[in-house]
Amino acid sequence: MSTATRTIQPPGKALYELLSSMRFAVSLLTVIAIASIIGTVLKQGQPYSDYVFQFGTFWFDVFRILGLYDVYHAGWFLVILAFLVVSTSLCIYRNSPNMVREMRSFREHATDKSLAAFHHRREYVSDLSVATLAQRFEAYLKARRWHLKTRPTEDGGLLIAAKSGSLSRLGYIFAHSAIVLICIGGLIDGNLIFKAQQLLGIKKIETRDIPENQVPAASRLSTSNPSFRGNVTIPEGGSANVVFINVGDGYLVQDLPFILALRRFHIEHYPTGQPKAFDSDISIYSPDGKLIKNATVSVNHPLTYDGIAIYQASFGDGGSKLALKAWDLFTPKDQALDMTGVVHSHTELKTDMGNYRVEFTTFRPFNVEAMGKGPPPLTLKNMQVLGGNPTQGGEGMQNVGPSFEYKLRDAQGQAREYSNFMLPIQIEGRWYMMSGMRTAPNQPFRYVRFPLGPNDTLASFMRLRAAFLNPQLRTEAAQRFAATALGGGAANADMRTKLAESTAKMLDIFSQGGFQALGQFIQTKVPKEQQDKAAETYLKVLELASYSLLQLADEQAGEKPPPPGAVAGWFIRDSLNAYSDLFIYGAPVYLQLTHYDQVQSSGFQLTRAPGKNVVYLGSLLLVIGIALMLFVRERRMWVRLRPGGVLLAMSAAKKTIDFEREFAEHSASAEKLVKD
Amino acid sequence: MDLVLTQPQPLLKRISWLDWLFAVALALGAGYAYGQYVDHLSYYERAVLIGAVPTFAWLGWFWKPIKPLMAGIAILSLFAISLYHGNLARMDQTFFLQYLISSQAAIMWMCTFLVLATVSYWVGLLGRSEFALQAGTWLTWTAVLMGFTGLMVRWYESYLISPSVGHIPISNLYEVFVLFCLVTSLIYLYYEGRYATRQMGAFVLLVVTAAVGFILWYTFDRQAEDIQPLVPALQSWWMKIHVPANFIGYGAFSVAAMMGVTYLFASKGILASRLPKLEVMEDIMYKAISVGFVFFTIATILGAMWAAQAWGGYWSWDPKETWALIVWLNYAAWLHLRMINWVRGPALAWWAVGGLLVTTFAFLGVNMFLSGLHSYGHL
Repeated sequence: MSTATRTIQPPGKALYELLSSMRFAVSLLTVIAIASIIGTVLKQGQPYSDYVFQFGTFWFDVFRILGLYDVYHAGWFLVILAFLVVSTSLCIYRNSPNMVREMRSFREHATDKSLAAFHHRREYVSDLSVATLAQRFEAYLKARRWHLKTRPTEDGGLLIAAKSGSLSRLGYIFAHSAIVLICIGGLIDGNLIFKAQQLLGIKKIETRDIPENQVPAASRLSTSNPSFRGNVTIPEGGSANVVFINVGDGYLVQDLPFILALRRFHIEHYPTGQPKAFDSDISIYSPDGKLIKNATVSVNHPLTYDGIAIYQASFGDGGSKLALKAWDLFTPKDQALDMTGVVHSHTELKTDMGNYRVEFTTFRPFNVEAMGKGPPPLTLKNMQVLGGNPTQGGEGMQNVGPSFEYKLRDAQGQAREYSNFMLPIQIEGRWYMMSGMRTAPNQPFRYVRFPLGPNDTLASFMRLRAAFLNPQLRTEAAQRFAATALGGGAANADMRTKLAESTAKMLDIFSQGGFQALGQFIQTKVPKEQQDKAAETYLKVLELASYSLLQLADEQAGEKPPPPGAVAGWFIRDSLNAYSDLFIYGAPVYLQLTHYDQVQSSGFQLTRAPGKNVVYLGSLLLVIGIALMLFVRERRMWVRLRPGGVLLAMSAAKKTIDFEREFAEHSASAEKLVKD
Repeated sequence: MDLVLTQPQPLLKRISWLDWLFAVALALGAGYAYGQYVDHLSYYERAVLIGAVPTFAWLGWFWKPIKPLMAGIAILSLFAISLYHGNLARMDQTFFLQYLISSQAAIMWMCTFLVLATVSYWVGLLGRSEFALQAGTWLTWTAVLMGFTGLMVRWYESYLISPSVGHIPISNLYEVFVLFCLVTSLIYLYYEGRYATRQMGAFVLLVVTAAVGFILWYTFDRQAEDIQPLVPALQSWWMKIHVPANFIGYGAFSVAAMMGVTYLFASKGILASRLPKLEVMEDIMYKAISVGFVFFTIATILGAMWAAQAWGGYWSWDPKETWALIVWLNYAAWLHLRMINWVRGPALAWWAVGGLLVTTFAFLGVNMFLSGLHSYGHL
């Protein structure tokens, strides 16, 4: 029978009821919370190629259509937020008139019958006159800041209707209007205008990597665009009059009403070495080139000009000039060629092994590394100004000097990355030039250590390396080694020739493939059980013969070879390791940094956010509103005075322990008030 | 009839001479600091310093035990500072500093007292021992005293490392965990006093003990107690108000969640005879969430304003921001849920317990599993 009693509502009314109901509010808050989680789990705004790599092409498309790469600007998310605004607005519309009425009303027309039905009610007998009682109760309530209204009743008595804490109703209106305000403010600062223009086909996202001045008007936003948030990187001495806004898998160009120039970027450090401040000295020029002002922006200290805030966002290299020595690694030449490079640009390199392109990617004037233990150093690559972890660093950290990175791309387009330090690094008491190589960006660098020779340069190693590639010198070295090993007498002539031949053969094999080639040779030519012993002997012979080779090479170059001993021994061993590593180094040259002229760049974020003040106003209202709603309790009290007796009744929206306590207190007070 | 009945004490009369003395002491302290360091303070920092006087004066008047607590913190901290003679090395040379009130020693004492307090509360709850419960209260107060002294001294120590390194010790995960223990304990102690019931301490202190466990692990396994200079993004006066407001929120939500646990236990009849009435737990749960919600709202807004200054936008949907929003939405939903007539205590209690998981993820999980701009608190 329940269906019979249910009132059928028109659908519009039913929808209105639903949208403005408490159940809907709870569900909506929960749904927004869950939807928001998606964007924190899936990294937002990454290049699309990363997503393809991560999910495969099928799921990449599914997620793209669902807008998961930019959840918070996806249509469906905005629709949910729109529901929040609509639902909240309907709640305000629905409840505010009632709230205002409740705030103003004293409910002084409560009847005796209704008062008798109150749960919180107490009756007293009194000999005092109604006038005396009224005076006492009114004074009592007024002293406690209750608002009251007194109404005479038909039986000659009085009804005092009192209320306190009505502001909590105002809190409701404040808090809920605040939500609407904040959403509107956020909407103003969102990219709604562009979205609308995109839908209409007026604007479109630019996905090509082309110079800014070639970007067509359809992908440019004019200076009158009321709100934007874009980034631009400017090298020292450079300037920009646009910023780039990342959208989806492309970007838009936002024209600025001024020219922003970077004079200098500098980093201050703490005594402990961690960065303390990132400062950019900037100048602002009018579009026709007149200097308007100079200023310094740093993190937490943006500059606002013409309604546009300029923030320090990141830094990097702005095209440092590098002077390099290019050492051929696979020719018998022991001299380096001078060359120059500029970070973010590239140079063609012609070698005997083919043509390459050197793409200079980064230069760092200093590298703070954990030295002493563990694998070869990994460089701190975080060039972001923000965040960073101060618990890194501290003890054991050491500045190992400048480094630069480049990609070496061969004729087929395959590239390897290299990271070379400018200064030698000491490892286990000996000094090396370090050069790191990797074949993919997500790998760590693996380092070749080029040992420094007796005069602390690479010349000795490079001479030895060149000598290895010189067949004539190898033969000579083998003979010299045989002579020193077996003495010069005629008796050993046969053995000497044999030893010289086998040594020459060994040097030949090593020169063509390093230890790996030598190992293979031993494996194929020596019976298994003798391999270990043979390897030991070969190694010994190789080292000694290499020393002879170095002596020869040094003599030819007019240099004094290092005297035999531990130092020379280690140098030879390190040289052999380095030479052997060249076969996996994958480059025909080693680029040694000799001088640099650092040019830094600074990344700026420029924003225009007119909705900010609306959001802040909403925030203020929100705090006031919530505090009023939660900390102010609305209570009502009725004191019904009759000749001979008093009835006290109280009510509250929510019966809490505090309310019970307060009722107990007032009813105890009333006990005293009704007595003489 | 008493005149008292009709005339409640006016505000000024309800403030005792002790309250006045407290306010004067606060003003003198702030005045001294202002005179001494005014050249090093930005306008905002001066406002924070001056604003601290009425704030704490009001707090001391509103909740009486704050006064002796703050006096104790001041005395111990000044004593520790006087022992340093401006030399950080004395941390390991002076008995009082090495074992009692250098920042690290004091924080370790805080940890010890909190664990002892938890044990006491449980002994008191299970053994129906009023004495043990009372001991729990006192141990908690002592822990709070030592913890705040530790933070104060740590603040001073950071300046001894180098004046440019010095900063308020609420800048990394280690420091805010100490803050979390202190704030949560204080919020609990307030409700304990207000409702004159100590049994719930056993439950609330569990969450604090968990935080203590984290601090100990973080200290001994990761050596996280070292004072580190601030990254540029954190060098702002906003930190002094954003972080404490946030942790009042976290602390209050934790208390509410543990009230939820207590409620669920009692409503299933477990320990029910030893615990206060269900209405008490429900009421504290509501009050704690109210306080937490207001402060969390303020903290999030302050965070947005700071972000607008440091990061170029008041809202960037950074994982930490988004999770702050999720926490906020969760408790907003809780507060609405409470207004629906057919929703009863157990549902609210479950929701509050779930809220702690959400809050913990926002506080810790974001730093552990997600990357973003709030990356100064890596594990």
